[in-house]
Amino acid sequence: MIRVDEKGFYGKFGGAYIPEMLHPNIEELRDNYEQIVAIPEFQEEFNALLQDFVGRPTPLYLASRLSEKYGAKIYLKREDLCHTGAHKVNNTIGQIILAKKLGKKRIIAETGAGQHGVATATVCALMGMECTIYMGALDIQRQRPNVERMRILGAKVVPATSGSQTLKDATNEAMRQWINNPVDTHYIIGSVVGPHPYPEMVARFQSVISKEIKAQLLEKEGTENPDIVIACVGGGSNAAGAFYHYYNVPQVRLVAVEAAGLGISSGKSAATTALGTPGILHGSKTLLMQTEDGQVVEPHSISAGLDYPGIGPVHAHLFDIGRGEFVAVEDEDAMKAGVELSRTEGIIPAIETAHAIHALNMIEFRPDDIIVINLSGRGDKDLDTYIKWGGY
Amino acid sequence: MNRLHRLFEQKQERVLSIYFTAGFPQLVDTLPVMQALESAGADIIEIGMPYSDPIADGPTIQDSNMVALDNGMNMKKLFEQLQEMRQSISIPVVLMGYLNPIIQYGIEAFCKKCQEIGVDGLIVPDLPMQQYLDEYKGLFENYGLSNTFLISPQTSENRIREIDEHSNGFIYMVSSHSITGAKSEISEEQIAYFKRVEAMNLRNARLIGFGISDKKTFITASTYSNGAIIGSAFIKVLKDSKDLSKDIHTYIQSIIS
Ligand SMILES: Cc1ncc(COP(=O)(O)O)c(C=O)c1O
Repeated sequence: MIRVDEKGFYGKFGGAYIPEMLHPNIEELRDNYEQIVAIPEFQEEFNALLQDFVGRPTPLYLASRLSEKYGAKIYLKREDLCHTGAHKVNNTIGQIILAKKLGKKRIIAETGAGQHGVATATVCALMGMECTIYMGALDIQRQRPNVERMRILGAKVVPATSGSQTLKDATNEAMRQWINNPVDTHYIIGSVVGPHPYPEMVARFQSVISKEIKAQLLEKEGTENPDIVIACVGGGSNAAGAFYHYYNVPQVRLVAVEAAGLGISSGKSAATTALGTPGILHGSKTLLMQTEDGQVVEPHSISAGLDYPGIGPVHAHLFDIGRGEFVAVEDEDAMKAGVELSRTEGIIPAIETAHAIHALNMIEFRPDDIIVINLSGRGDKDLDTYIKWGGY
Repeated sequence: MNRLHRLFEQKQERVLSIYFTAGFPQLVDTLPVMQALESAGADIIEIGMPYSDPIADGPTIQDSNMVALDNGMNMKKLFEQLQEMRQSISIPVVLMGYLNPIIQYGIEAFCKKCQEIGVDGLIVPDLPMQQYLDEYKGLFENYGLSNTFLISPQTSENRIREIDEHSNGFIYMVSSHSITGAKSEISEEQIAYFKRVEAMNLRNARLIGFGISDKKTFITASTYSNGAIIGSAFIKVLKDSKDLSKDIHTYIQSIIS
């Protein structure tokens, strides 16, 4: 069984390795979130917003030309059609309702590419809550349009100037600011990372993805279970959502796609399961890229959303016990796969998502296999990167 | 019984503990800074083991961590530098740092090495009490290391009692809702929290840290505790110093005399 235990562990990974100053916040969340999420009123509000604001259920689309090309039945779960352009908003809707029920007045969040920042700024505008987003100073330069989207939505964007000035440093900064503002502030983490109960909580909010896949496949194929589910993994929230209801269905293969950057052994990579070892990052024990001395290594990926030196503890566990198949896709192959999907199906994917598309070339399957690829986001935010790359 | 216990037996008031980052400002400065601290009159030395992602630290200590790492500091080097420290240092020495580098060194090897060179205690901010009890307590105790927990104004009375029960050495009272960083004032609200904890009559000594920077804040904090810890303000002294031993002496004297 893949399940989080009482102490917040998935097998060897997880837990809550946090400074004592955050203990009351984490305890408050841990003690309350399951009850709050279980009450019908919460569920009603969550489901209504997912339907009317986010636009769920998102379609499960049979990609005929892609299917023909690869020789399998390939469905795309269209998270790219969510409001704000990616799956990230499923989680921010859940957490903002929770924050309100906990009586919080302010929201803070980290962001890398800006997708989670935009999704957070959006729900804060929706609920009239004050919003501060921490973003690496380097990412602020690289992702200007998303920075301005957040500002238009009324959020304050604060540069994280420490360390490498990217996602991991933005996460550090958000945690520090939570220590500084423990009482009235809720921290909306953007992936299945961080101290327990965040990884499980975020996965549950994202699990709507596989819940819908099951119902939609049943209707289209007469079975709830595909043969293979493929998703990209940065921290792992879209993958956790797409895998969630299949964790304990062993005949469904779960393929997690990491970013190899310039190549696994190039020194410029974000392929955590290939390069990482067990350690502690952002409050949980997981696999992370680090030096022998336990200093966290800067990752590299062309997609800012996969540019993270760790993965969520549930994925470290899936890897550890062999329940997940992990592959790593290089920058160049991902970019080409993005163009391939654009031209075979008329969908320009986010570059994160393009990694998952390329994985079709890396795994084995049979002609009658049903494959679901989680199309985590659309490519609008990445136009600059596509243009700079230029290979189309 | 280690040096920390002996210190608190002899001295219950205005205990001054100084934090600095190993290998800062220069790689070779670790031991000279310690020697200067002891001769200037500090009571406890807290050596920070630098880490790439110090989530409980403000900009000053973040920077000193980065500089130390760039200087080439790591756990092995630190232990080499400290190998002979007990020839010149007699006051208690505590290592402070984040859990990941300790785990990568190997927790038992780490504890063993600490005992061998004469380290008295550890402060690991991201090692929570439950994990400590489940996995680390036995080891720390086997190697004679005191473990210090942090508490903050948010920590409940029950939890403070629990922490007191499992501490042996001192309790680190974080002075406000805050990451590390020097401040020049202590507020009424902070004093109310100091008094509240003082009235609990804990069995361990209490040192107040985070935001203590000068004689005034040191004395105020010490009024309601057994003493205080200075970190960021001292790092700033080191950073600007042209003559470490002289400047350390002047700074420590400005606080305790
Ligand atoms: C479209 C898209 N896919 C995937 C990710 C990676 O995050 P996760 O692994 O949490 O799904 C991001 C992150 O920004 C994203 O924007």
